[in-house]
Amino acid sequence: MADNVKPRVRVPRSAAAGEAFEIKTLISHKMESGQRKDSDGNPIPRSIINHFSCDFNGENVIQAALEGAISTNPYIQFEASVEESGTFTFTWQDDDGSEYTDSKDITVG
Amino acid sequence: MKKFTLSATVAASLALFAGAATAQVTDALVVEGTTISTSAPAADWLDIDQVLSGWSFRTVETRALQMDDFDNPGMIFVDQAIDDWSTVDGTEGKSCSSCHTDGPEEFAGLRAELPRWDEAQGKMMNMEDYINLSRVEHMGAEPWKWAKPRMDAMVALISLQSRGMTINVAIDGPVADAWEQGREIYYTRVGQLDMSCANCHEDNYGNMIRADHLSQGQINGFPTYRLKNAKLNSTHARFSGCMKNIRAEPFAVGSEEFRALELYVASRGNGLSAEGPSVRN
Repeated sequence: MADNVKPRVRVPRSAAAGEAFEIKTLISHKMESGQRKDSDGNPIPRSIINHFSCDFNGENVIQAALEGAISTNPYIQFEASVEESGTFTFTWQDDDGSEYTDSKDITVG
Repeated sequence: MKKFTLSATVAASLALFAGAATAQVTDALVVEGTTISTSAPAADWLDIDQVLSGWSFRTVETRALQMDDFDNPGMIFVDQAIDDWSTVDGTEGKSCSSCHTDGPEEFAGLRAELPRWDEAQGKMMNMEDYINLSRVEHMGAEPWKWAKPRMDAMVALISLQSRGMTINVAIDGPVADAWEQGREIYYTRVGQLDMSCANCHEDNYGNMIRADHLSQGQINGFPTYRLKNAKLNSTHARFSGCMKNIRAEPFAVGSEEFRALELYVASRGNGLSAEGPSVRN
Protein backbone atom coordinates (compact mmCIF):
# COMPACT_ATOMS: atom_id res chain seq x y z
CA MET A 1 0.00 0.00 0.00
CA ALA A 2 1.29 3.38 -0.97
CA ASP A 3 1.87 5.86 1.87
CA ASN A 4 -0.78 8.18 3.25
CA VAL A 5 -3.64 6.99 1.10
CA LYS A 6 -6.94 8.22 2.42
CA PRO A 7 -10.22 8.28 0.54
CA ARG A 8 -12.72 11.09 1.03
CA VAL A 9 -16.27 11.09 -0.26
CA ARG A 10 -19.14 13.53 -0.08
CA VAL A 11 -22.67 12.27 -0.66
CA PRO A 12 -25.83 14.10 0.50
CA ARG A 13 -27.47 12.47 3.54
CA SER A 14 -30.88 12.49 1.87
CA ALA A 15 -32.33 13.00 -1.58
CA ALA A 16 -35.66 12.94 -3.41
CA ALA A 17 -36.34 9.80 -5.44
CA GLY A 18 -35.11 10.09 -9.01
CA GLU A 19 -33.55 13.50 -8.52
CA ALA A 20 -29.93 13.96 -9.60
CA PHE A 21 -27.40 14.96 -6.92
CA GLU A 22 -23.69 15.46 -6.88
CA ILE A 23 -21.12 13.02 -5.53
CA LYS A 24 -17.56 14.17 -4.95
CA THR A 25 -14.68 11.78 -4.35
CA LEU A 26 -11.05 12.39 -3.66
CA ILE A 27 -8.25 10.07 -2.69
CA SER A 28 -4.83 11.15 -1.52
CA HIS A 29 -2.28 9.31 -3.61
CA LYS A 30 1.04 10.35 -5.10
CA MET A 31 0.16 8.92 -8.58
CA GLU A 32 3.76 8.28 -9.62
CA SER A 33 3.54 8.20 -13.42
CA GLY A 34 6.42 5.81 -14.19
CA GLN A 35 7.93 8.40 -16.53
CA ARG A 36 10.19 10.05 -13.98
CA LYS A 37 13.74 9.20 -12.98
CA ASP A 38 15.35 9.48 -9.59
CA SER A 39 18.56 11.39 -8.88
CA ASP A 40 20.66 8.40 -10.02
CA GLY A 41 18.88 8.24 -13.36
CA ASN A 42 16.92 5.07 -12.62
CA PRO A 43 13.26 5.07 -13.62
CA ILE A 44 10.82 5.39 -10.69
CA PRO A 45 8.30 2.57 -11.08
CA ARG A 46 4.71 3.49 -11.83
CA SER A 47 2.45 3.54 -8.78
CA ILE A 48 -1.01 4.89 -9.45
CA ILE A 49 -4.66 4.26 -8.70
CA ASN A 50 -5.65 2.47 -11.91
CA HIS A 51 -9.35 1.93 -11.38
CA PHE A 52 -12.25 3.59 -9.60
CA SER A 53 -15.77 2.31 -9.23
CA CYS A 54 -18.91 3.30 -7.37
CA ASP A 55 -21.76 0.92 -6.57
CA PHE A 56 -25.18 1.51 -5.06
CA ASN A 57 -26.78 -1.42 -3.22
CA GLY A 58 -24.58 -3.79 -5.23
CA GLU A 59 -25.39 -2.24 -8.59
CA ASN A 60 -22.63 -0.47 -10.47
CA VAL A 61 -23.06 3.31 -10.89
CA ILE A 62 -19.82 4.36 -12.56
CA GLN A 63 -16.40 2.96 -13.35
CA ALA A 64 -13.29 4.78 -14.42
CA ALA A 65 -9.93 3.57 -15.70
CA LEU A 66 -7.20 5.94 -14.56
CA GLU A 67 -3.95 6.33 -16.49
CA GLY A 68 -0.46 7.59 -15.79
CA ALA A 69 -1.09 11.20 -16.76
CA ILE A 70 -3.62 11.79 -13.99
CA SER A 71 -2.23 14.08 -11.35
CA THR A 72 -1.67 13.49 -7.66
CA ASN A 73 -4.72 13.12 -5.36
CA PRO A 74 -7.27 12.20 -8.06
CA TYR A 75 -10.62 13.95 -7.69
CA ILE A 76 -13.67 12.46 -9.38
CA GLN A 77 -17.06 14.14 -9.36
CA PHE A 78 -20.26 12.82 -10.92
CA GLU A 79 -24.04 12.91 -10.59
CA ALA A 80 -26.31 10.08 -9.59
CA SER A 81 -29.96 9.55 -8.77
CA VAL A 82 -31.53 6.84 -6.63
CA GLU A 83 -35.04 5.48 -6.19
CA GLU A 84 -34.59 3.99 -2.71
CA SER A 85 -32.50 4.41 0.43
CA GLY A 86 -29.24 2.53 0.46
CA THR A 87 -25.47 2.58 0.55
CA PHE A 88 -22.96 3.84 -1.93
CA THR A 89 -19.65 1.99 -1.88
CA PHE A 90 -16.57 3.42 -3.50
CA THR A 91 -13.53 1.39 -4.50
CA TRP A 92 -10.12 2.48 -5.69
CA GLN A 93 -7.60 -0.07 -6.96
CA ASP A 94 -3.90 0.54 -6.59
CA ASP A 95 -1.16 -0.72 -8.95
CA ASP A 96 0.31 -2.68 -6.05
CA GLY A 97 -2.92 -4.68 -5.68
CA SER A 98 -4.32 -2.88 -2.64
CA GLU A 99 -7.88 -1.75 -2.62
CA TYR A 100 -9.21 1.29 -0.76
CA THR A 101 -12.89 1.55 0.02
CA ASP A 102 -15.33 3.96 1.56
CA SER A 103 -19.10 3.92 1.85
CA LYS A 104 -21.90 6.40 2.48
CA ASP A 105 -25.56 5.91 3.31
CA ILE A 106 -28.31 7.92 1.70
CA THR A 107 -31.95 8.19 2.70
CA VAL A 108 -34.70 8.73 0.17
CA GLY A 109 -37.70 10.47 1.65
CA MET B 1 -3.93 46.28 -43.67
CA LYS B 2 -5.36 43.06 -42.43
CA LYS B 3 -2.27 42.46 -40.32
CA PHE B 4 -2.67 45.84 -38.64
CA THR B 5 -6.28 45.10 -37.66
CA LEU B 6 -5.27 41.79 -36.21
CA SER B 7 -2.52 43.18 -34.00
CA ALA B 8 -4.78 45.97 -32.82
CA THR B 9 -7.30 43.38 -31.68
CA VAL B 10 -4.62 41.39 -29.93
CA ALA B 11 -3.38 44.49 -28.17
CA ALA B 12 -6.88 45.42 -27.07
CA SER B 13 -7.58 41.99 -25.66
CA LEU B 14 -4.21 41.91 -23.93
CA ALA B 15 -4.99 45.21 -22.27
CA LEU B 16 -8.33 43.87 -21.14
CA PHE B 17 -6.71 40.75 -19.78
CA ALA B 18 -4.09 42.71 -17.87
CA GLY B 19 -6.82 44.86 -16.37
CA ALA B 20 -8.76 41.86 -15.21
CA ALA B 21 -5.72 40.06 -13.87
CA THR B 22 -4.45 42.84 -11.66
CA ALA B 23 -7.73 43.61 -9.89
CA GLN B 24 -8.04 42.35 -6.35
CA VAL B 25 -11.39 41.01 -5.36
CA THR B 26 -13.32 42.17 -2.36
CA ASP B 27 -15.75 39.24 -2.37
CA ALA B 28 -16.55 37.70 0.97
CA LEU B 29 -14.79 34.46 1.73
CA VAL B 30 -17.21 32.14 3.45
CA VAL B 31 -15.95 28.66 4.23
CA GLU B 32 -18.38 26.12 5.67
CA GLY B 33 -20.45 28.89 7.21
CA THR B 34 -17.50 30.77 8.72
CA THR B 35 -16.95 34.26 7.36
CA ILE B 36 -13.30 35.06 6.88
CA SER B 37 -12.29 38.68 6.62
CA THR B 38 -9.88 39.10 3.72
CA SER B 39 -9.17 42.77 4.29
CA ALA B 40 -8.65 45.00 7.29
CA PRO B 41 -7.36 48.49 8.06
CA ALA B 42 -3.57 48.42 8.35
CA ALA B 43 -1.77 49.16 11.60
CA ASP B 44 -0.61 52.77 11.90
CA TRP B 45 3.06 51.76 11.70
CA LEU B 46 2.50 50.34 8.21
CA ASP B 47 2.99 52.28 5.00
CA ILE B 48 -0.10 50.77 3.44
CA ASP B 49 -3.74 51.63 4.10
CA GLN B 50 -5.27 48.23 4.01
CA VAL B 51 -4.03 44.72 4.61
CA LEU B 52 -5.32 42.10 2.18
CA SER B 53 -5.31 38.35 2.39
CA GLY B 54 -3.45 36.51 -0.37
CA TRP B 55 -6.82 34.96 -1.24
CA SER B 56 -7.94 38.27 -2.80
CA PHE B 57 -5.13 38.11 -5.33
CA ARG B 58 -5.80 34.66 -6.71
CA THR B 59 -7.84 33.58 -9.73
CA VAL B 60 -11.51 32.83 -9.41
CA GLU B 61 -10.83 29.06 -9.70
CA THR B 62 -8.20 29.08 -6.96
CA ARG B 63 -10.41 31.16 -4.68
CA ALA B 64 -13.29 28.73 -5.20
CA LEU B 65 -11.12 25.81 -4.04
CA GLN B 66 -10.80 27.38 -0.62
CA MET B 67 -14.52 28.02 -0.24
CA ASP B 68 -15.40 24.35 0.17
CA ASP B 69 -13.56 22.08 2.56
CA PHE B 70 -14.06 19.11 0.28
CA ASP B 71 -12.51 20.91 -2.67
CA ASN B 72 -9.66 22.30 -0.55
CA PRO B 73 -6.76 19.90 -1.16
CA GLY B 74 -5.15 21.11 2.06
CA MET B 75 -7.79 19.17 3.96
CA ILE B 76 -6.23 15.89 2.81
CA PHE B 77 -3.31 16.72 5.06
CA VAL B 78 -5.60 17.75 7.90
CA ASP B 79 -7.10 14.26 7.65
CA GLN B 80 -3.63 12.76 7.88
CA ALA B 81 -2.92 14.86 10.96
CA ILE B 82 -6.16 13.65 12.58
CA ASP B 83 -4.76 10.12 12.23
CA ASP B 84 -1.45 11.28 13.69
CA TRP B 85 -3.28 12.98 16.56
CA SER B 86 -4.14 9.58 18.04
CA THR B 87 -0.98 7.76 16.95
CA VAL B 88 1.08 6.67 19.95
CA ASP B 89 4.77 7.56 19.64
CA GLY B 90 7.76 7.81 21.97
CA THR B 91 8.83 6.30 25.28
CA GLU B 92 5.80 7.48 27.28
CA GLY B 93 3.35 5.49 25.16
CA LYS B 94 1.25 8.56 24.54
CA SER B 95 -0.35 10.26 21.58
CA CYS B 96 -1.58 13.86 21.35
CA SER B 97 -5.04 12.66 22.37
CA SER B 98 -3.74 11.13 25.64
CA CYS B 99 -3.34 14.60 27.17
CA HIS B 100 -5.51 16.75 24.92
CA THR B 101 -8.68 14.81 25.55
CA ASP B 102 -10.95 17.48 24.08
CA GLY B 103 -9.26 17.05 20.72
CA PRO B 104 -7.52 19.66 18.59
CA GLU B 105 -10.48 21.99 19.28
CA GLU B 106 -8.69 22.85 22.54
CA PHE B 107 -6.39 25.01 20.48
CA ALA B 108 -9.02 27.34 19.04
CA GLY B 109 -7.48 30.80 18.93
CA LEU B 110 -3.86 29.71 19.27
CA ARG B 111 -2.94 30.22 15.63
CA ALA B 112 -4.20 33.82 15.70
CA GLU B 113 -1.69 34.76 18.43
CA LEU B 114 1.45 33.04 17.19
CA PRO B 115 4.32 33.61 17.32
CA ARG B 116 4.11 34.79 20.93
CA TRP B 117 6.26 35.06 24.02
CA ASP B 118 5.94 32.09 26.35
CA GLU B 119 6.83 32.97 29.91
CA ALA B 120 7.23 29.34 31.01
CA GLN B 121 9.64 28.58 28.19
CA GLY B 122 11.37 31.95 28.40
CA LYS B 123 11.35 32.40 24.65
CA MET B 124 9.22 33.20 21.66
CA MET B 125 7.26 30.17 20.52
CA ASN B 126 5.48 29.33 17.31
CA MET B 127 3.31 26.38 16.39
CA GLU B 128 6.16 24.04 15.45
CA ASP B 129 7.83 24.78 18.81
CA TYR B 130 4.68 23.85 20.72
CA ILE B 131 4.21 20.62 18.76
CA ASN B 132 7.80 19.55 19.34
CA LEU B 133 7.66 20.59 23.00
CA SER B 134 4.76 18.21 23.49
CA ARG B 135 6.42 15.46 21.50
CA VAL B 136 9.71 15.65 23.38
CA GLU B 137 8.62 16.48 26.93
CA HIS B 138 5.29 14.72 27.18
CA MET B 139 5.49 11.88 24.67
CA GLY B 140 9.20 11.16 24.87
CA ALA B 141 9.26 11.12 21.08
CA GLU B 142 11.69 12.47 18.54
CA PRO B 143 10.92 16.06 17.55
CA TRP B 144 9.57 16.46 14.04
CA LYS B 145 11.66 18.30 11.48
CA TRP B 146 10.20 21.63 10.45
CA ALA B 147 8.69 22.06 6.98
CA LYS B 148 8.24 18.30 6.55
CA PRO B 149 4.90 16.66 5.71
CA ARG B 150 3.90 15.40 9.19
CA MET B 151 4.80 18.65 10.89
CA ASP B 152 3.06 20.80 8.29
CA ALA B 153 -0.05 18.63 8.47
CA MET B 154 -0.23 18.92 12.27
CA VAL B 155 0.28 22.70 12.05
CA ALA B 156 -2.61 22.75 9.56
CA LEU B 157 -4.89 20.75 11.85
CA ILE B 158 -4.23 23.06 14.80
CA SER B 159 -4.44 26.20 12.65
CA LEU B 160 -7.80 25.06 11.32
CA GLN B 161 -9.28 25.32 14.84
CA SER B 162 -8.70 29.09 14.71
CA ARG B 163 -10.16 29.60 11.25
CA GLY B 164 -12.06 32.86 11.03
CA MET B 165 -10.52 34.26 14.21
CA THR B 166 -8.80 37.62 13.97
CA ILE B 167 -5.02 37.60 13.83
CA ASN B 168 -3.75 39.47 16.86
CA VAL B 169 0.00 39.08 17.28
CA ALA B 170 1.63 41.08 20.08
CA ILE B 171 4.67 43.07 18.99
CA ASP B 172 5.73 44.76 22.21
CA GLY B 173 7.13 43.59 25.53
CA PRO B 174 9.60 40.70 25.40
CA VAL B 175 9.23 40.19 21.66
CA ALA B 176 10.00 43.81 20.75
CA ASP B 177 13.63 43.03 19.86
CA ALA B 178 12.69 40.09 17.65
CA TRP B 179 10.03 42.21 15.98
CA GLU B 180 12.58 44.94 15.28
CA GLN B 181 14.97 42.35 13.83
CA GLY B 182 12.17 41.01 11.64
CA ARG B 183 11.36 44.50 10.38
CA GLU B 184 15.02 45.03 9.56
CA ILE B 185 15.10 41.80 7.53
CA TYR B 186 11.87 42.76 5.77
CA TYR B 187 13.32 46.03 4.50
CA THR B 188 16.91 44.88 3.79
CA ARG B 189 17.82 44.30 0.15
CA VAL B 190 19.63 41.01 -0.35
CA GLY B 191 20.69 38.62 -3.10
CA GLN B 192 21.86 39.04 -6.67
CA LEU B 193 18.61 40.78 -7.56
CA ASP B 194 19.14 43.15 -4.63
CA MET B 195 15.56 43.05 -3.42
CA SER B 196 13.85 43.19 -0.06
CA CYS B 197 10.51 41.68 0.92
CA ALA B 198 9.05 45.20 0.76
CA ASN B 199 10.02 45.75 -2.90
CA CYS B 200 7.44 43.20 -3.99
CA HIS B 201 4.98 42.89 -1.15
CA GLU B 202 4.69 46.51 -0.04
CA ASP B 203 5.68 48.62 -3.06
CA ASN B 204 4.24 46.43 -5.80
CA TYR B 205 1.45 44.25 -4.50
CA GLY B 206 -1.36 44.08 -7.04
CA ASN B 207 1.11 44.30 -9.95
CA MET B 208 2.20 41.38 -12.06
CA ILE B 209 5.69 39.96 -11.65
CA ARG B 210 5.94 38.12 -14.95
CA ALA B 211 2.97 35.71 -14.78
CA ASP B 212 2.37 36.04 -11.06
CA HIS B 213 0.04 38.43 -9.31
CA LEU B 214 1.95 39.88 -6.38
CA SER B 215 0.16 39.70 -3.06
CA GLN B 216 1.05 41.45 0.17
CA GLY B 217 2.83 38.33 1.34
CA GLN B 218 0.52 37.88 4.31
CA ILE B 219 0.90 34.66 6.28
CA ASN B 220 -2.57 34.48 7.85
CA GLY B 221 -3.45 31.58 5.53
CA PHE B 222 -0.50 29.37 6.41
CA PRO B 223 0.16 26.55 6.18
CA THR B 224 -0.99 26.90 2.61
CA TYR B 225 -1.67 24.32 -0.06
CA ARG B 226 0.06 25.42 -3.24
CA LEU B 227 -1.15 24.17 -6.60
CA LYS B 228 2.43 24.58 -7.75
CA ASN B 229 3.81 21.74 -5.61
CA ALA B 230 0.60 19.98 -4.53
CA LYS B 231 1.44 19.99 -0.83
CA LEU B 232 1.23 22.09 2.30
CA ASN B 233 3.84 24.80 2.57
CA SER B 234 5.02 26.19 5.88
CA THR B 235 5.78 29.83 6.52
CA HIS B 236 9.51 29.29 6.79
CA ALA B 237 9.63 27.14 3.65
CA ARG B 238 7.84 29.94 1.79
CA PHE B 239 10.27 32.55 3.10
CA SER B 240 13.05 30.30 1.89
CA GLY B 241 11.44 30.03 -1.57
CA CYS B 242 11.09 33.81 -1.78
CA MET B 243 14.76 34.30 -0.92
CA LYS B 244 15.82 31.80 -3.58
CA ASN B 245 13.69 33.70 -6.12
CA ILE B 246 15.69 36.84 -5.49
CA ARG B 247 18.92 34.80 -5.79
CA ALA B 248 19.75 35.18 -2.12
CA GLU B 249 21.14 32.57 0.25
CA PRO B 250 18.09 31.71 2.39
CA PHE B 251 18.25 31.61 6.18
CA ALA B 252 17.67 28.15 7.63
CA VAL B 253 14.14 26.96 8.30
CA GLY B 254 13.61 27.45 12.05
CA SER B 255 16.47 29.98 12.33
CA GLU B 256 16.36 33.05 14.58
CA GLU B 257 16.16 35.22 11.47
CA PHE B 258 13.09 33.46 10.07
CA ARG B 259 11.45 33.38 13.51
CA ALA B 260 11.88 37.13 13.75
CA LEU B 261 10.63 37.59 10.20
CA GLU B 262 7.64 35.36 10.92
CA LEU B 263 6.72 37.51 13.91
CA TYR B 264 7.04 40.71 11.91
CA VAL B 265 5.14 39.44 8.87
CA ALA B 266 2.44 37.89 11.06
CA SER B 267 1.97 41.24 12.82
CA ARG B 268 1.57 43.00 9.45
CA GLY B 269 -1.53 40.86 9.01
CA ASN B 270 -3.13 41.81 12.34
CA GLY B 271 -6.84 42.27 11.66
CA LEU B 272 -7.10 39.60 8.97
CA SER B 273 -8.58 36.20 9.78
CA ALA B 274 -6.67 32.97 10.27
CA GLU B 275 -7.39 30.99 7.09
CA GLY B 276 -5.18 27.95 7.25
CA PRO B 277 -5.01 25.72 5.42
CA SER B 278 -5.54 28.12 2.54
CA VAL B 279 -5.18 27.42 -1.19
CA ARG B 280 -2.78 29.44 -3.32
CA ASN B 281 -1.11 29.07 -6.68
